[in-house]
Amino acid sequence: MKRLFMIGVTLLATQVLAGEAQPVGEDPQIEQRLNVLAEDLRCLVCQNESLAGSHAELAEDLRREIRDQMKQGKDDKQVVEYLVARYGDFVLYKPPFKPLTLVLWLGPLVFLLVGGITWWTVLKRRRAQPEGMANTQARAEAARILEGKSE
Amino acid sequence: MNKRLIPLIVFLVLAVFFAIGLTKNPREVPSPFIDKPAPAFRLPEVGNPAQTFGPEEMRGQVWMLNVWAPWCVSCRQEHGVLMQLQAQGVKLVGLNWKDKDREAAALLARLGSPYLSTVDDLDGRVGIDYGVTGTPETFVIDKGGIIRFKQTGPISEEVWKEKLEPMLKELAR
Repeated sequence: MKRLFMIGVTLLATQVLAGEAQPVGEDPQIEQRLNVLAEDLRCLVCQNESLAGSHAELAEDLRREIRDQMKQGKDDKQVVEYLVARYGDFVLYKPPFKPLTLVLWLGPLVFLLVGGITWWTVLKRRRAQPEGMANTQARAEAARILEGKSE
Repeated sequence: MNKRLIPLIVFLVLAVFFAIGLTKNPREVPSPFIDKPAPAFRLPEVGNPAQTFGPEEMRGQVWMLNVWAPWCVSCRQEHGVLMQLQAQGVKLVGLNWKDKDREAAALLARLGSPYLSTVDDLDGRVGIDYGVTGTPETFVIDKGGIIRFKQTGPISEEVWKEKLEPMLKELAR
C-alpha cells in the first residue's frame, strides 16, 4: 500500500513538472521544435545538461535566441550553425565526424576489433590442441603428486 | 614479450590517459573565434547611455575586451590586476554582461574603472555573439580587429606575465 502510494506521488510529481515546461502564450509549434532541437544541444554552463533541460540563465537566453530565429523562419540546420559559430562543436551532443573527432567515433570500433581478434586467436589456439592431451597430461601430473603424497 | 607485463602496460596506458584527461579544465571550451574578426556591436556606456561604443573605434590598436559583471566574485578578484594594467597603458574595454547598469556604475565609482570604456549588454545578446559562457572572460583583439586569444576566468598576475603580456607585445609591433 505504502509503495503504491509512493508510486502515485512520483507520477503526480512528474505530471506537475511536465505541465510547467510549456510556457504559455508562445507558438506551440515553435516550442515543440525548440524542445526537440534543444535536447541535442549542450548547456554551456551546466555542461552535462541539455539546453532543453537547463535552468541556467545562459540556457534561457539561448532558448530565447533559438526561438527568435525560428520565428524568423530559419530551419533547424541554420539555427545549429548559428550556435556552432559561437560556441564551437562543443555545443553539440553529437559531434560531427571530422579528423579531430576520428578517435572519438572510431575508437570503440577499434577496441571491439582488437577484442574480437584476441578472442578468436585464443579460441583457435585452444582448438588446435589435440583432443584430450591436456587432460592426460594433467592426470599424469595429478597421479604423480598423489603418489608422492601417499608414500 | 612476457605475458605478465600486459596488465602493467594496460595500467600505464590508462594512467597516461587519466593524467592528461583529469587535469584538463572542462570549462575551457576551445573558442571558435580565435583568428576571426571580433563581432560588431554598438552598446550604451555604463552610467552614460547617451554615449555608445563599438569595437570598430579601436581599429589600429591592440586591446582587450573584458566581459564582467558587478555581482561576479572572480571579476572582483581580477579588478586589482586590471587597474595595474590600465596604469601601464593597456587598453581595456569592459562589457557589463547581463547585470544592471546602476550596479555596474556604482561599483566602478567605488573601486575605480580600469576601462577606456565599459558598456551595458543587458540582454546578453552581444555576449552570445562572442560565445561568452560566464564571467570573467577576456578577448585579446589585434590592430585589424581580429580576436587572437581568449582568457576564460580571471586574469591573475601569473596569467598576465606568462600569456597576455608577451602576446600583447608581439601584437603591438
